[in-house]
Amino acid sequence: MSNIDVKRTAKLFIGGAFPRSESGRTYEIFDNNQSFLANVALASRKDARDAVVAARSAFSKWSEATAYNRAQVLYRVSELMQGRREQFVEELNLCSKSNKHAENEVDEAINLMVWFAGWADKIAMVTGSSNPVAGPFFDFSIPEPTGVVAAIAPDKSPLLGLVETIASIVVSGNSVVVIASETQPLPAISLAEVLATSDVPGGVVNILTGSYKEIAPWLASHQDVNAIDLSGVESKAIALELEKEAAINLKRVLRPNTKIDGLARIKTFLETKTVWHPRGF
Amino acid sequence: MVFEYAPAPESTKVVNLKTNYELFIDGKFVKSKNGSTYKTINPATEEVLAEIVEASSEDIDYAVNSARKAFKSWSKLTGAERGKYLYRIARLIQERSRELAVLESMNNGKPIRESRDIDIPLVAAHFFHYAGWADKLDYVGLGKNPQPLGVAGQIIPWNFPLLMLSWKIAPALAAGNTVVLKPAETTPLTALLFAEICQQAELPDGVVNIVTGAGETGRFLVEHPEIDKVAFTGSTEVGRLIAQAVAGTDKKVTLELGGKAANIVFDDAAIDQAVEGVINGIFFNQGHVCCAGSRLLLQESISDEFLNLLYERMKTLRLGDPLDKNTDIGAINSAAQLAKIHTLTQAGKSEGAQMWSAPCEIPEKGFWFAPTVFTNVTLSHQIAREEIFGPVLSVLTFRTPDEAIEKANNTPFGLSAGIWTEKGSRILEVAHRLRAGVIWANTFNKFDPTSPFGGYKESGYGREGGRQGLEAYLKASK
Repeated sequence: MSNIDVKRTAKLFIGGAFPRSESGRTYEIFDNNQSFLANVALASRKDARDAVVAARSAFSKWSEATAYNRAQVLYRVSELMQGRREQFVEELNLCSKSNKHAENEVDEAINLMVWFAGWADKIAMVTGSSNPVAGPFFDFSIPEPTGVVAAIAPDKSPLLGLVETIASIVVSGNSVVVIASETQPLPAISLAEVLATSDVPGGVVNILTGSYKEIAPWLASHQDVNAIDLSGVESKAIALELEKEAAINLKRVLRPNTKIDGLARIKTFLETKTVWHPRGF
Repeated sequence: MVFEYAPAPESTKVVNLKTNYELFIDGKFVKSKNGSTYKTINPATEEVLAEIVEASSEDIDYAVNSARKAFKSWSKLTGAERGKYLYRIARLIQERSRELAVLESMNNGKPIRESRDIDIPLVAAHFFHYAGWADKLDYVGLGKNPQPLGVAGQIIPWNFPLLMLSWKIAPALAAGNTVVLKPAETTPLTALLFAEICQQAELPDGVVNIVTGAGETGRFLVEHPEIDKVAFTGSTEVGRLIAQAVAGTDKKVTLELGGKAANIVFDDAAIDQAVEGVINGIFFNQGHVCCAGSRLLLQESISDEFLNLLYERMKTLRLGDPLDKNTDIGAINSAAQLAKIHTLTQAGKSEGAQMWSAPCEIPEKGFWFAPTVFTNVTLSHQIAREEIFGPVLSVLTFRTPDEAIEKANNTPFGLSAGIWTEKGSRILEVAHRLRAGVIWANTFNKFDPTSPFGGYKESGYGREGGRQGLEAYLKASK
């Protein structure tokens, strides 16, 4: 007896839930052989704004979580990714990657998540400082998350690029609204399912699918977004427009083609807070 | 009680002003190619001090090209050698500190007590601190052998003219960059004296270039295609324009912009210390301080008592001749700034807040504003939201720590904040929850070259000071 597959509806991931686009729109994606794969939610301006609201409300709790806790939560994400390894590989295969290439990308993505998880309780140790000021004061500087970060993930590495984007932003306590690869969104949708079943609080990571050209300007000009990661923007003209929009409320901007990784990437989305207190009886 | 003081003015003889100043480019004072000129004045007397060039785009081109040329050899010099030049500069500043302090007070209007005891010593300290970094760049945190960015275009404000110059130039040079610096339109003189110091230090030609002018000159500098880095301290409004102007380029940017700091006084604070701290927080440098504690948040139960003490203390503040060693409040830096303070205080009155000014005699000449407090202020008032950049304090009250934090963070700015309480755990919790880059607990307006300074949110990005400040002028070696 043949069995009919139950197909997954490809939805957005906002505030820990999986809504359809408020606009009701979807777009079709196809595999290598131009066979239909799915109708993917085509996020709208309203979805982007809802995602920012969710990210903002999640920020206070996530940034207050202990670094040890954030490390464990992100490590847990890598555990769940490992459990879905075959699913990720298959999705990358569908999206034009050779099997070997797909397996490598998934393994790298899982390893990268482990690597970033381990940073959570070291960031302050290596970027903070005790400042020997010339006076009777105790003075120290510590890193803090900048707040809500909007990000455009790279189109070309739909899982690895997305994991690097998300992990480097949230490990320090930021929350993120990320626009996934437009042409290959399936790994992002699966990652959303991983995140939803891990211990990442709802709203810390919000994943939008659709056209970044359409949604990103609303995020770049959004007054309650503190920083924007333009890594996935390939068009120079669009990157220029987005950076100009971001200037309205002085967002921290990670420009496309900025060759940074690891800690430098984490630091892009950090503030330094310096605290002074006098010494004395 | 008010003590009578005999005038105790600092002599201006130590300063030798020229009648007109040229641009400092490629190690020499040079005529502008086609720039116009303007007069810089003493804001306390309105006397003309000197004629200054408003550098044209051709001048900027020349300056940037000189810096570019100098970069080749300066960046190849060993860190130890670069450091020795910076040590020389630090020593020259110490040697000429009286002259610099007097000139700073003449051109800026700030009390000599501040320029002599705070500004200039900190200038020397910045050069001394970064001099020692020049041969230790491997320890900055960017890996081995980090590289300078190239030519830095630096634009600084009028509130701490030479101090802001030192914040910009010292780390840039230590890292191996060369600079084109534009001092503020109204306060160019100490920067031009600094150019002489560069000559005395035998700094290689073109490593430091000083170009004077106003906003237009600054725009030429920011938009120049051969600039690799823009460092700006000034208003959030101009900061936005700069962020837009560099969009789509590879220019690195640091912006240190406006603020509307909350100074929070809890009911268990050491009241007399807190009163002094609030006074220092808002009346230091006539309130021309981006991190000034311009919003006083008082716990309701001590509000009346605190305000009475504050008013009594304010009555003893001495406003007048900036060069008088007993002066607490000097001159407002310019007629334009005074007009802005008047506009905003007028808005405060018409929105229903209650204004009280310390009774003090206002000199006939010059630009002055008496230390002023507004009560009955709400968060929506313009005087609680916008930076006044003058000796004007807006007072709000709160009942619980949560309410204080909520009110303190309710601003697009996030540069600094103050906390006054005797309870250690409360200090740490409030400091933790305030979204601001510099938190002063039981103190205020303290600065040090080892201590990173800079804001959250619309107060800008990047840090100045310390190891973190050096990162803004370096990139990882690749």
